[in-house]
Amino acid sequence: MNKIILIIKREYLTRVRKKSFMVMTILGPLLMAAIMIVPIYMATRGNELKTVAVIDQTGIFFGKFRDTDNIKFHYLSSDIGSAKSNFVKSGDYALLFIPKTEVSIPSNAILYAESNVAINVKSYIRNVMTKQVEDMKLEAKLRDLQTDKKNPINVEDILRSVKTNVDVNTIKITDGGKEEKSYTEISMVLGMFAGILIYFFIFMFGSQVMRGVIEEKTNRIIEVIISSVKPFELMMGKIVGVGMVGLTQFLLWVVLTFGIVTVVTSTFAGKSADKHTAGQAMMQNVAKYNPDNLPLPDSTASSKGRDEGVNVVIEALGSVNFPVMIGAFLFFFLFGYLMYASLFAAIGGAVDSESDTQQFMLPITVPLILSMVMAQFFIQDPSGQVAFWFSVFPLTSPVAMMIRIPFGVPYWQVALSMAMLILAFLGTTWMAAKIYRTGILMYGKKVNYRELWKWLRY
Amino acid sequence: MELFSALNISKQFSGHKALDKVNISIPEGSIFGLLGPNGAGKTTFIRIINQIIAPDEGQLFLNGRELKPNDIYNIGYLPEERGLYKKMSVGEQAMYLAQLKGLSKQEAHKRLMHWFDKFEMKSWWNKKVEELSKGMQQKVQFLVTIIHEPKLLIFDEPFSGFDPINASMLKDEIIAQKEKGATVIFSTHNMASVEELCDHIALINNAKVVLAGPMRDIKKTYKTNSFEISYKDFQGSLESVLPPAFQIIREWNDHDLKMAGIRIPAESNPNQLINALLPNVMLHSFSEIIPSMNDIFIRVVTEKNSETIHQA
Repeated sequence: MNKIILIIKREYLTRVRKKSFMVMTILGPLLMAAIMIVPIYMATRGNELKTVAVIDQTGIFFGKFRDTDNIKFHYLSSDIGSAKSNFVKSGDYALLFIPKTEVSIPSNAILYAESNVAINVKSYIRNVMTKQVEDMKLEAKLRDLQTDKKNPINVEDILRSVKTNVDVNTIKITDGGKEEKSYTEISMVLGMFAGILIYFFIFMFGSQVMRGVIEEKTNRIIEVIISSVKPFELMMGKIVGVGMVGLTQFLLWVVLTFGIVTVVTSTFAGKSADKHTAGQAMMQNVAKYNPDNLPLPDSTASSKGRDEGVNVVIEALGSVNFPVMIGAFLFFFLFGYLMYASLFAAIGGAVDSESDTQQFMLPITVPLILSMVMAQFFIQDPSGQVAFWFSVFPLTSPVAMMIRIPFGVPYWQVALSMAMLILAFLGTTWMAAKIYRTGILMYGKKVNYRELWKWLRY
Repeated sequence: MELFSALNISKQFSGHKALDKVNISIPEGSIFGLLGPNGAGKTTFIRIINQIIAPDEGQLFLNGRELKPNDIYNIGYLPEERGLYKKMSVGEQAMYLAQLKGLSKQEAHKRLMHWFDKFEMKSWWNKKVEELSKGMQQKVQFLVTIIHEPKLLIFDEPFSGFDPINASMLKDEIIAQKEKGATVIFSTHNMASVEELCDHIALINNAKVVLAGPMRDIKKTYKTNSFEISYKDFQGSLESVLPPAFQIIREWNDHDLKMAGIRIPAESNPNQLINALLPNVMLHSFSEIIPSMNDIFIRVVTEKNSETIHQA
């Protein structure tokens, strides 16, 4: 046990001290912060005027959509069918349709547009609708309370009952009048981002393990070391040590990224007269996951001007359950990494040099790449059959599950996927240890799959 | 007293026998030469002693007890294929390897300092291994092999890659380790170093031990009752003065001396040869031809190989 810790320490320290680690640690957050800041920046800079046509069958929202600096609303009285067929010619940016509902409170709307709808437009519409519905609910509640004065007033209860979630679905409308669903949701961005990050981390640190093993083989130090420790201890020590480097890098990235984003957004928000800075608002949202923290209903959109764009993106980010995201990410990264790293270690043990790794890399990289290729399908149908099976099959589940999680996944599926991944990790490690043990002492032998199969049964 | 013994060790690798019922016992305090041609199974045997691989059959004993996993702390191993992490500093690396051999951090540091001082290597401590010459790296490797003061030291081709100065230093250090009480297993093709260092040997050929025992006894067995003489002032044929059963193996000239190798029958003794020579020649030197390990090695291996060919 002591020796495993020695090995982990060596693997960890030699890597963390490298210049390339420092460079990655600084570049990563800059890149990620850019990914988060650019939409905010674009939202504030997007001074191109967009007109949105509104068909409100409920009549509740008439006159409620106030024009902002870059969004203008006009109301149509025509029916939705003809509006849709005239849409392309009309030159409007988008067509908002709020269908009549059976029950009195509407909670969804459809946004038709030629291309993907800008996130600030969509968020603005959702905010206005949410505020309006919540106002209505609050009014009704207060009226109830006035008539029924016996009950004590419970503010929390009122606020909870007032809370509303408005769905704004986006549908792409083409010249031929064909419709397809499109997604600009923050969950999609986050899902993709987390998926790519896991993919990238598994590849980067998995191949570091492989290179480490090959290095020990070509250095010829391997025999010295395995005369003092068991091959399995050396392999696990290396895998865990490199994994900890990955975790360190990830945590540094999270901290630095939030740092950069906070600094940048607070300078943005500092320009506006608004007292509570956007950066603070975001950090609060992130920390508490508190979607109730929306602007007060009476604050009018137009008074905010340029600041609106920043806020909507920040609100969108705030609506994400970061603790769950980060927790899931850590689990799927850790076990996905452990599973893949043991396979990478086995490859490293079986070959003499990095140029020989190609034939064995293929079966490992295919599932990973496939899960990235299929990402589009998972996003279009996050709870469909394809997404389900990909997120349960261990070799694809780390990436597939991370893409699905922001959309909401049933607990039993997450549990199943996690259990499968842990089982697969145990299985691959057992297999890898056998191949590794034999492979590290073989030099100058061209190894093929038949040979590996033989090693497995030694 | 035996420090280490192997009983009936067999090991098979996918269809090919690497070791076939190998029995070897190594007396305490000896330098034991493990000899054999390439591919004979020496490295496999050494790896089995180091518990890097497990034998298919047979038992191993260290100090009279069966070999246990913890015994790696009693063994120091310098493999033939040896190296160091190139990017790591010398000191850090030596500390790492010493701690893997069970030394505490303080103890490892203390002992390393002593050895680095002795070998005049202190200025290397913070250098990266890749900055060292090959000979310097070999010194570091040797050092970490003996740092935990093991009872059994195993050197696989230790002299390969050493220049003569460092090789002789290494030789002295191996002898010093023996004098401190360590037992040394020494695997090599270099027969000259075997002659110089070893007192016991085992010769492995085709997975089997074909010759084993104290070197003195082996040499005795392989003696052919032959003598080398040098003489002067004799013009006739040497054959004419020798008794008929005596056989001249070869004759040659060395400057103004004539030389000859003579084999005498087993029942004769050297005095009979001298008596035959003295009246006729001026004898300058007389010595018994002792077979070198090299000769024995070649003889045994070729004999065994032709046996197996005949059997097949």
